Amino acid sequence: MYRRLSTQDVQSPAALRFPAHPIEGLAGTSLKPEHLPSILDAPKTRGFFEVHAENYMGAGGPPHRALNAIRRDYPVSLHGVCMSIGGPRPLDKAHLERFRRLVERYEPALVSEHLAWSTHETAYFNDLLPLPYSAATLATVCDHIDKVQEAIGRRMLLENPSTYVAFRESTMSEIEFIRSVARRTGCGLLLDVNNVFVSAANHGFSAREYLADFPLSEVREIHLAGHSEQSDDEGDRLIIDSHDGPVADAVWKLYEIVIARVGPLPTLIEWDSSIPEWPVLEAEAAAAQAILDRFAAPIIVESSHAA
Amino acid sequence: MQLEPIPLEPRRPQDSYTAMFSSALLRPERETPSLIAGPKGKGVVKRYNVYRNNVTVSLIEALAATFPAVRRITGEEFFRAMARFHIRDTPPNSALLFEYGRDFPAFIAAYEYAQDMPWLADVARIERAWLDAYHAADAEPLSPSALAAVPAERLADLVFIAHPAARIIRSRFAAVTIFAANRVTDPFDTIDAGEPEDGLVTRPGFEVDVRRLPAGGAEFLSSLIAGEPLGVAADAALQARPSFDFGAAIAGMIEAGAFTCVKIGDRS
Repeated sequence: MYRRLSTQDVQSPAALRFPAHPIEGLAGTSLKPEHLPSILDAPKTRGFFEVHAENYMGAGGPPHRALNAIRRDYPVSLHGVCMSIGGPRPLDKAHLERFRRLVERYEPALVSEHLAWSTHETAYFNDLLPLPYSAATLATVCDHIDKVQEAIGRRMLLENPSTYVAFRESTMSEIEFIRSVARRTGCGLLLDVNNVFVSAANHGFSAREYLADFPLSEVREIHLAGHSEQSDDEGDRLIIDSHDGPVADAVWKLYEIVIARVGPLPTLIEWDSSIPEWPVLEAEAAAAQAILDRFAAPIIVESSHAA
Repeated sequence: MQLEPIPLEPRRPQDSYTAMFSSALLRPERETPSLIAGPKGKGVVKRYNVYRNNVTVSLIEALAATFPAVRRITGEEFFRAMARFHIRDTPPNSALLFEYGRDFPAFIAAYEYAQDMPWLADVARIERAWLDAYHAADAEPLSPSALAAVPAERLADLVFIAHPAARIIRSRFAAVTIFAANRVTDPFDTIDAGEPEDGLVTRPGFEVDVRRLPAGGAEFLSSLIAGEPLGVAADAALQARPSFDFGAAIAGMIEAGAFTCVKIGDRS
């Protein structure tokens, strides 16, 4: 019932309207409009930018002009946040078509979405909401990913979630679920190391064991972000995936463990709230780049990219 | 490994988890949904509240980003309370947040605590139009020389094609002046809020432009945007304002980039 797509990670160079700009081994940042003048005025640097697809689904205007300018000079990763791949309803066809057109228009180096849902009936909740892990949800998620990959004609990456609750009806672990999705659909994975840290702390499992078990051979991109702390009903620490500060030391340590194992995968610093001046974000990316470069040449255990 | 779902009693519809999980997201008075659990028997109230908070706060932020002048006028606390009520009433029905807030001006107009600011809803309408203009399709505005080639006797038959960004906002209050004063950080003098104003929102290049229209201007431009020929639009303007200055109006609308091209319509 599920077939592996024979699509490749990147399109053939002859068809490209933008420069190919390889993303391999680079650290990047989320693209924020307030940073645009600093980025475009400075000499072109090493790195990439990731954009939330929905912000570029308008007809025209400054967002598209900005993304055009960035895409000319840098690799771009297109990150969808509201496809509701983890929801039970069929994907929104109009939204999928908008997503497909963006992939076609900007030829991103990477395309990703979340293992989550955001919409119920007509209401859009603007948050990445969790799902139970069961045979039924596995079948739906795989079907949704098949639909996305068919629409965009290439492989997408699925991001592991950060969660605060579990579902009583879950019958398998998150890793079992994600591994099955990757195997059945042929999709790649986006490993958010901060999400692993957040979920591990909130559900009381070991982040290192999770990473040891995670299907790292399918990972094509890493996310890093800052988190914050609250407390749960029992007064214990509850970690919030808030993207509002620098990457925590513990997350950097986990990241090094991952990169030591898989080699220098494209790595994104996410900072979406209390957004700092550009040099602060740039320095976070430089810290990730230093780790990537340290593990660059000799250690790659497998060829992880088509190109 | 066999991955059979645990049988659920009673059998629930396939999308029950999104229905149940979302049922209390915007309803703080409702109990935490029973389908979720914390680790090792821990409670889920504060855990679920993280999602509640993410949803409500992120949507308040979305409205705050779309309506900065309204927010500046009302102050932070007032704005957030008003936005929270609106979000509970009318959550977004599109995943594109820049489409959200179309019902917010009407909500403001009816909002009990905003009744002493009767112009606030119109300021919100201008801000909503501003964002529509910002995201509108790119189009080259009509060149000032485009009208020079039209023979004088055919001017009345000219039909103008509106720029995708062009919008007219009419207000019984000084909404354009209030909007403008609150979208910049400069201090401003007292505004006579009771002065009716009409506004033209355009985006000739990549900067959104909001300008006040002279009396009769809204009738004139609305008629042209609706596809009426210049002669018909002129009659509409003259009815509204017998001394309507056509030269200034046409120069102004071309400068503002309200139209992309002209054609000579059929005289019928």
